[in-house]
This record gives sequence, C-alpha cells and structure tokens, in this order.
Amino acid sequence: MEATAETISMNSQSSGLLEQLRRDFGDRILAEQATCEGIPTLWVDRQHLLALLKTLRDDCSPRFEMLFDITAIDERLRKHRGGQPASEFTVVYHLMSFSGNCDFRVKVPLMDADLNIPTIISLWPAANWYERETWDMFGINFEGHPNLYRLVLPPTWKGHALRKEHPARATEMEPFSLEDDAAEYEQQALLFKPEEWGMKRASDSSEFMFLNLGPNHPSVHGAFRIAVQLDGEILVDAVPDIGYHHRGAEKMGERQSWHTYIPYTDRIDYLGGVMNNLPYVMAVEQMAGIQVPERVKTIRVMLVEMFRICSHLLFYGTFAQDVGQLSPIFYMFVERERIFNIIESICGARMHPGWFRIGGVAQNLPQGWEERVKELLDFMPPRIDEYDKMVLNNGILKRRTQGVGAYNTQQAYDWGITGAGLRATGLEWDYRKNRPYSGYENFEFDVPIAVNGDCYDRCAVRVEEMRQSLRIIKQCLDHMPSGDYKADHPLTTPPRKEKTMQDIETLINHFLSVSWGPVIPPNEATMAIEGTKGINSYYLVSDGSTSSYRTRIRTPSFAHLQMIPEISRGFMVADLIAIIASIDFVMADVDR
Amino acid sequence: MELEIGSALSIGLILGVVIITAALLITVERRLLGFWQERLGPNRVGWFGSLQVVADMIKIFTKEDWVPPFADKFSFVIAPGIIMTVVLLSFAVIPFAPNIGVIDSNIGVLFVLAMASLGAYSVMLGGLSSDNKYALLGSLRAAAQMVSYEVFMGISLLGVVALTGSFNMREIVESQADGWYIIPQFIGFVIFLIAGVAESHRLPFDIPEAEQEICAGYHTEYSGMKFGMFFVAEYIGLVLISSLITVLFFGGWLGPAFLPPVIWFAIKVFVFIAFFILMRAAVPRPRYDQLMSYGWLFLLPLSLVNLLVTGVIILSTQ
Repeated sequence: MEATAETISMNSQSSGLLEQLRRDFGDRILAEQATCEGIPTLWVDRQHLLALLKTLRDDCSPRFEMLFDITAIDERLRKHRGGQPASEFTVVYHLMSFSGNCDFRVKVPLMDADLNIPTIISLWPAANWYERETWDMFGINFEGHPNLYRLVLPPTWKGHALRKEHPARATEMEPFSLEDDAAEYEQQALLFKPEEWGMKRASDSSEFMFLNLGPNHPSVHGAFRIAVQLDGEILVDAVPDIGYHHRGAEKMGERQSWHTYIPYTDRIDYLGGVMNNLPYVMAVEQMAGIQVPERVKTIRVMLVEMFRICSHLLFYGTFAQDVGQLSPIFYMFVERERIFNIIESICGARMHPGWFRIGGVAQNLPQGWEERVKELLDFMPPRIDEYDKMVLNNGILKRRTQGVGAYNTQQAYDWGITGAGLRATGLEWDYRKNRPYSGYENFEFDVPIAVNGDCYDRCAVRVEEMRQSLRIIKQCLDHMPSGDYKADHPLTTPPRKEKTMQDIETLINHFLSVSWGPVIPPNEATMAIEGTKGINSYYLVSDGSTSSYRTRIRTPSFAHLQMIPEISRGFMVADLIAIIASIDFVMADVDR
Repeated sequence: MELEIGSALSIGLILGVVIITAALLITVERRLLGFWQERLGPNRVGWFGSLQVVADMIKIFTKEDWVPPFADKFSFVIAPGIIMTVVLLSFAVIPFAPNIGVIDSNIGVLFVLAMASLGAYSVMLGGLSSDNKYALLGSLRAAAQMVSYEVFMGISLLGVVALTGSFNMREIVESQADGWYIIPQFIGFVIFLIAGVAESHRLPFDIPEAEQEICAGYHTEYSGMKFGMFFVAEYIGLVLISSLITVLFFGGWLGPAFLPPVIWFAIKVFVFIAFFILMRAAVPRPRYDQLMSYGWLFLLPLSLVNLLVTGVIILSTQ
C-alpha cells in the first residue's frame, strides 16, 4: 500500500511541475509525450533547450540535480512514432531529481541535414562525455563543446556506429586486416597530445612528465588509459581515455531478438551477472505490460543480492590489493567461489548465467536450495567481520585512503555519481529503498552511508552493503512465496507450453514466439536499478518488432570515470591508484 | 681440507649456499604465501613443488636477452651486475660459524653499510638508463628511499657497536654469549628491521617497484637473466638482512650445544626470512611521501635517542 501512495504523490508532483513548465514555456514546448513508465517527457526545440534544462535544474519544484543520461535515437527507419514531432535524430536528456525522487526526460528533434545542438556542459560537467559519445555514435555536433573527439570508438573510425546505415556485423564489412602502415597509423592516432587538451608541457618552474597509465597497467582494472600530467609525482591533470573494451552492445541490441539479447546484458557489468538482466527484462515487461508473480520477484531479488555480494567482494579485495595489501583478495576469492557455487546450483552457470527471462526466470529454484542459501548466510558474516580487522581497521590503509579523492554531494550530482560513491558523501539514497522495484518494498534493510566521501568511505559503504544484502537474502529465504516462476502472459518468453497441444491459436503463438521471438508493442521505457556499481538503466525503444529499435544502456561506471581528473588533481600517483580502486568499475560496464 | 675462515672451501661453500638459498627462496616464498593466503601455490613440479625453482631458472636462462634500443646500453647492462656484486660481497664479513666465513674484518659493520650504499647505484642506473617513465619514477623513489633509510640503518647499529666496542662482527657475536643484544637494543633492532626492509625494497616498502602503481618500477624494461639478477639479488638481500639481524641482535651462531653453531645460525636466519615473507602477505604499502616523513621525522630522532641513551648507560656503568 505504501508504494501505491508514493506513486500517487510522485504523479501529482510531476503534474504540478508540468503545469509550471507549461506556464513558463508556453508554446516553446513542442509536445508532451506519454510514456508507459510515467516519466514526464517534453519535446523542445534546440534553441530553448538550455533555458528549459536550466529551469529544471535551478528553479522548479522539484529541482533536478543530476544529469542522468544523454543519448540519441536515429528515427529515420522508425514506423510507430505515435504523433511525436517530426525528427530524424532525437537527442534525449534524462534528468534525475533526488529531492523530489522523480525523473524527467527532454527530447530535442534534429534533422539529418543540420545535426547541431548546443552543449550543456555549462549546466552539468557530466555532459562532456555523454555528448562526446553521442557525437561519436550518431554524428550529432554539440556546438561549443571543448573537446568533441571520439570517445568510445577508435580515433581513426569512419562513420558513426549507431546510425542505422552503419553495418552491425563484421560480415557486412570488408575482411579485417592490419598492415604495418595501418598499424603505424593507428598507433600514431593514439599518441597523447597535451595541447589538444589545453595542457602546457612545462610550468614556470618545471617541465611536466606525461605518463600513459594504461591501457595495459596492473591496476586500471581492464583496458583503460589515463594520460596523466605529472610534476614530479604530483598529479597536475589527467585525461581518462576509454573505449578499449567497446563491443557495441547497444548496436547488438538492434539485431538480437528481445529474448536473445538477455545474455549480452550479463556481460555489461560482468561482475554483476544476472543483476544486468534485471533492468532489461523489467523494461521489456513494462512495455509488454507483463506483471510478474511475487515468487519471480523474490527469486530475482535473492540472486541479484548474491551477485551484489560477489561484486563487492571483488571490489574489496582489489581495493586492498591496489593499496599494496596482497592477501585479502585471495581470502575474498574463496568466499566468492562459494557464492558462485550456490549460484551455479540455481542458475547452472557462474558469472554470466543470463538466467532471467521476460516475464520470469528460466527455471524454478532447485530442490534443496534452502540449505545452500542457509550455508551462505552462516559462513559470510564472520568472514566479513574478519576482513574489517584485516583491511578497514588497518592503520596504513587508513592513512593511504582517508582524505584522498574526496568529493561532496553537490559534486556527485554534477558528475552523475550514483551508488556507493554517492552514499559515501552522506546522501541516504538507494534506488531499492527510494523507488522500490521487483518487490524491494517488502524487505527490511538499511541504507549505509558515510560522510567524508573519500576513498575509505566508499569502501566502508560497500562493506556495510554486503551485510545488508545478507539480510535481504535471509528474508528471501524465510519468506519465499509459492507460485509460478513465470508470468501467465502471451509475451512471456519462452512461452507456456501446457496448452499448445490443445488449441491451435496457442500453438501458433508459441511457435512464433519461440522461432522469431516475441513481438513487443511499440513503446518506450526506461527502467533503472541499484546495480553493483551505481544506478544502471536500460532505455528501450520498441518499434513493434521482434527486436529493439534502440537499446540505450546507461551504466554508472561511465559517469564515475569521468570524474577522475576532478578528484585526483594535486594528489600523488599512488593516490590516483587508490582513487581508481575506490571507484569500483569494470571497463565492460564503461564501454559497453 | 678443513673448514676455516678464508679457506677456498669456506668461500665456495658460502657463495654456493647463499645463491642456492636465494633461488630456493623463490619457491619457498611462493609456497608460504600460498599457505597464508588459502591457496596452493606452485605444487606441480617435483616433490611439493620443490623443483619449481629449476623450471624457473631454465625459463629465465633461455629467455631472449633483450636490451631496449632506446636504453643507454652500458649502464643498462652493468646495473644488475652491481646489485648482485654488492650483496654477495656483503656476505664476506658475515660470521656464519666460528670456523666459517670469508674474512675476519675489523670494519665488518662499516663494510656492509658501504656495500648497501653502493647498491643504490644499481637501482638508480637501472632505472635511469632504461629511458622509461615508469623506470624513472621507480629509480627516483628508490634513490630517495635507500639514501634516507641508510642513515638510520647505520645509526641503529651503533648501539650494538658501542656495547661491543668493536665493528668486528665476530666480536659482536662473541660478546653476546651472556645475552643477546635484542634485549638492551630492542629499539635499535626494530629500527634496523624496518630500515632493512626498506633497503631490500620488499613489501610493505617495495615502493620503487610498486606493481600496482608503476608496473615494475626501475626494472620495468629488464627481461631474461638481467631481470633474473635483480630478482635473485632481492632474495640475496633478504638473506643478508636476516643474517645481519641474527648476527647483531640474536647472537649469531650461539645456541645450546646439541646443534652445531652453523645450524643455529641457519635456523635463526630462516625465522627472519619467514617473518619478512609474512609481512609481505599482511601489510599494505604506505605512500612514498609517508614513508619518507616516517623515516626522517620518527625513526631518525628515535635512533639518535637510542644511541644517546645507550652511550649514557655505558659511560655511567664504567
């Protein structure tokens, strides 16, 4: 009942906001779009974009503190646009309000002949990378952007990958070859040129050293490069460079069927396993209008929390390792292994089960699952306490991480920081608590926070989150609802088979749904969850076919990496490593 | 031929045992770390992985001996040789047993300190000649760390020297017959231990080669046997520091008569080696500037006070 009341208050809040905007902007608003997940969506021309966003950020109620995402949709082949203003490329701005606990979407129509739009870096510094990515993928020019270079694709790439005319498969292109001169050309393109980033090569007193940290470096957690400007060992400035782990996951979404895309989501945040399935299947279910049974929700929550513990354990261990403590990672891998064994006995796979389904999960829980989960609840808590002694209470580790890489809540808003990084600044905001999904409203758990927002606090928050996850798993174990493991809905995939041998209509539907995949009605939906590393959302556009028209994956790590220069200036190289470790990212999650 | 100080047999024995011990330590360390870290460690080659070191040696000897084209060839090549030479030379003055040793020198302690200072050149030259930014950072850190920790490493020993009244290591050992210097010189021992770890740059003070920060530090560009020499020299350095601690603070070869003196020496040395390995498994790495300020602002005054107090006590009891 509580949740319903909250939904109503959210709706009345957003209708009050919409009235205010209608009053202030009048006919400068092109259209209002109805959405199935209830996020108010306004269309506005590009000349009024800045004014509207500024109003939303500063003078409206509620205020939208955070720029959550910027992306675009290539609308040229879209058939079902449902009365939206004419547009060939739509730029989508997604804002989040923490004070008002709601979202807002602004869309700007653009024509292929004139793909220009003003930059909004002046409002939110986080827009920098989002705009670069949108330019990279769609060729939309953000006027006034200081460094509109390629971000995710290689600097030598031809074309813009998410435009519909760009090939999606290797077989649509020439066979790949890398001649010596081509390799040399690529190498040269990767050379870091400080002048491009407005950096000086020397100050009045000293000459700077430019150090390439990565793409292959022991502690950048994958293929990630930071070009750092050093004065001795002091960091003057840094330029993070991503894209080395880019696999085109969003493009793949446009060619896979709704169902066959699920395993790809597993590999976005590859430490999160089925956690990644959740926002995706929730968004599809939202568009299809599927209500999943309580048992499905609880099973999902249980597995998601197990993966949260796994991911946090890996973070915890590597964090200690990057500060020079060699052993904890090995102890934590033991635990992680045991959790994976439990996950394997439920899902049949360990790191990437791809186990959630549209409208349910793949199978029912196996016999005897209770004992195994109970085992987990027994062995974990004493081990976590032991790690406190080993890592968090260690004097050297404290001296290395306290006061290093600190930021406050306002900075976190500006840079789009979510998850433990946001809670470490003292803001008690957890998606699971503040906007419960998948039945989280039925669970009792606390939202751990810290106050300093430094490396140590980010770690401490995650450690406490593991304890809370265990609490949630305990409640799943004690109150697992009975019932079905998939929804009774025609679009549930794979569909129910019981009646197929009795009536021809069901048989046809079943056959089509299994061979082609389900056809999701034309719609748009954003679904977000509290992922392992922050808020992870899927923005799906369906054009009434068997695959997605546009799949936008907003990952927390992308925003977090962008903040590295801001929080590491003036620290030493060793601190930079601690900062990187405390962010908890995987490059697959950043590059997608 | 009888074992006596300075005989060819004695010298050959010491050289062989030290190098073999250092090489074996590679396996021992990995096994011990594995044991402490709830994993197996290398256990496939030979009995409980004992031949792992042979496999490693074959690999490292047959690797391409590559000198980067951008490096300064001369210093790049001699750098690993220097560290190897100075740590091995240091063993000349270590008294392993009453009848085993290379020379019986009256300036034993000073000789070891002098050799340790020369070791800094190896690390600096190696890093500078590589023409690699990580190596440069590593050698800068190494130079600063080794030079500053040498200062109080030396001062921390002076208490022992004052108590004995000699720089001769054999005399130091013999004067401990009534009681090891660990008791009167406990502070000196702790400072020497810390400085020793810093001197042999092992975790937690492996800042010059901090893998997570600057890849491999000063030996980033080294491969094959040149890297092998840095690697083995680190382990020989570990044996050296453990031997020095044994000699200076734990009575060297002295021990109950049911075991020969050299065995007592070996046991004590191994305990310290194991302690150093355990430290590597347990302690995080401080930051470079923290290490420096800890040394200059805390350890240096402490070692001076220790020396002063020792001096006062010696004078007042005379």
